[in-house]
Amino acid sequence: MGSVGAKEVPVLLTPDGRRIDGRRLDELRPIKIQAGPLRQADGSAFVEWGANKVMAAVYGPREVHPRHLQQNDRAVIQCRYNMAAFSVDERKRPGLDRRSQEISKVIGEAFQSVVFTEEFPRTSIDVYIEVLQANAGTRCAGLVAASVALADAGIPMVDLLPSVAVGKISGAIALDLKKEEDNFGEADLPMALVPQSGRLVLLQMEGHMTEEELGTALDLGVAGCRDIYEKMKAALRARYTVTPMEEGGA
Amino acid sequence: MSRGHRPGHRGRGREGNPSHPSEDRVLVLPGEEIQGRGLKPGPGTFRVGGKVYASLLGLVSERPPFVQVIPLSGRYIPKAGDVVVGTVTDVQTTFWLLDIGAPRWAPLHVTGTPWKVEIGEADRYLGVGDSVVVQVENLEATGRIGVTMQGEGLGKLEGGTIVRISPARIPRVVGRGGSMIQTITRQTGAHVAIGQNGRIWVDGTPEAIRRVTDVLRMIEANGQRSGLTSRVESYLLATTPTAGADSSGASKIRTPPSGPADERTAVPDDASWDSDGQGDPPPFDPPEP
Repeated sequence: MGSVGAKEVPVLLTPDGRRIDGRRLDELRPIKIQAGPLRQADGSAFVEWGANKVMAAVYGPREVHPRHLQQNDRAVIQCRYNMAAFSVDERKRPGLDRRSQEISKVIGEAFQSVVFTEEFPRTSIDVYIEVLQANAGTRCAGLVAASVALADAGIPMVDLLPSVAVGKISGAIALDLKKEEDNFGEADLPMALVPQSGRLVLLQMEGHMTEEELGTALDLGVAGCRDIYEKMKAALRARYTVTPMEEGGA
Repeated sequence: MSRGHRPGHRGRGREGNPSHPSEDRVLVLPGEEIQGRGLKPGPGTFRVGGKVYASLLGLVSERPPFVQVIPLSGRYIPKAGDVVVGTVTDVQTTFWLLDIGAPRWAPLHVTGTPWKVEIGEADRYLGVGDSVVVQVENLEATGRIGVTMQGEGLGKLEGGTIVRISPARIPRVVGRGGSMIQTITRQTGAHVAIGQNGRIWVDGTPEAIRRVTDVLRMIEANGQRSGLTSRVESYLLATTPTAGADSSGASKIRTPPSGPADERTAVPDDASWDSDGQGDPPPFDPPEP
């Protein structure tokens, strides 16, 4: 949609390889992760990623509502991704739309493949992701927040799930697009990685890339995910760091 | 496919076995490799390609022949014998469903109560929102949690308030040999019933309830520090309320008689139930792990 209304396409990439905010092609935006900000939830996390601000809360495993979704051999993961009305410049109509339903689905399925759901039959693990401020890459920020929140909630899983998007701007493959790059760029490729096995459990693409570019993009994204993985672990460590303790056993 | 071998254990071991003195325990996160040193993967772990990984956020604990991860967070995972504080969420003709903070609601059958409940009259004894102290009796493979109200210190809770903390912190609230909880009740005069599920019933003067709540929050926030009992004691001494405010506590667990006091009263919730007013505080000594 960028070409029609956009009279001025911003310079996304300078000749010396700098992006609109001064980053290089393989640089992430600054990321800040806080584990456990919400008291009521079983687990929670707040992520600031560039200008994105995303809160995630996890409840469960708990009784399934509505009942008919219950599975006798495993827990179901119910994920709800939502953007606040004030999260974008133009007021977003509140509530579920096609986009947020899709994102809820793909994020839920990504977690379904890493959580040991069979340990909690007939229960539900409810994951809520609220985007408070959006600036491209919110599904990745939401996934990162939700993953930290799941760990904070003591949910057993194979691994944490770092996630990042790679895109194409001015013909070059770039890591972690921000809003202008997403709007005026040529492609966007969000992904989520299981660091332990190297498996991707979420991969979507919008726009066009050559096969060769796709390969470059995947490599760049996986490397980005590994950076984010370390930040996720640091956030959880910060919350649960244990000074040598005298266990007060009963 | 990457799940690898899972041990037969269903639940996750809570707080380990305190009789096993804690070595230097390592904090691990889901997906991190554990130096298993040839030990088998126990609760909170899994094995892929000969390596053992943590599936939970928690502390590594070696209990030969297993290595396990003791969770530091998360919901209450029930264990047979645990005394827990629950709240009624549903009333059926022959049983109640209790929210005990576990993954599933726990059914309390009328035969598991000290009362002689006629079929269809369960709601005369416990209604939605009432709180009880019950004991986990059996855990079925389906995930069903059987609880009973028959036993010393079990029963319906009247009055008071319920404070929720992380189940992982309960051993600290109890303290070694009950030292922590004894300090708290002695210093505040409050009545306290501790559920292993992280729900703690507190009753007494408003002042006492407030102080106990403060202390519980303090324990939850500092659960990994040592010397908590003396810190709590000095905190309580420093905040001793005005003289004479010490109360013997207004209520306690009541064990209602075997039937409704008045057959015409739909809700047997009147004072006649309380006639045997024994002022003993509810039990705060959970079963030895």
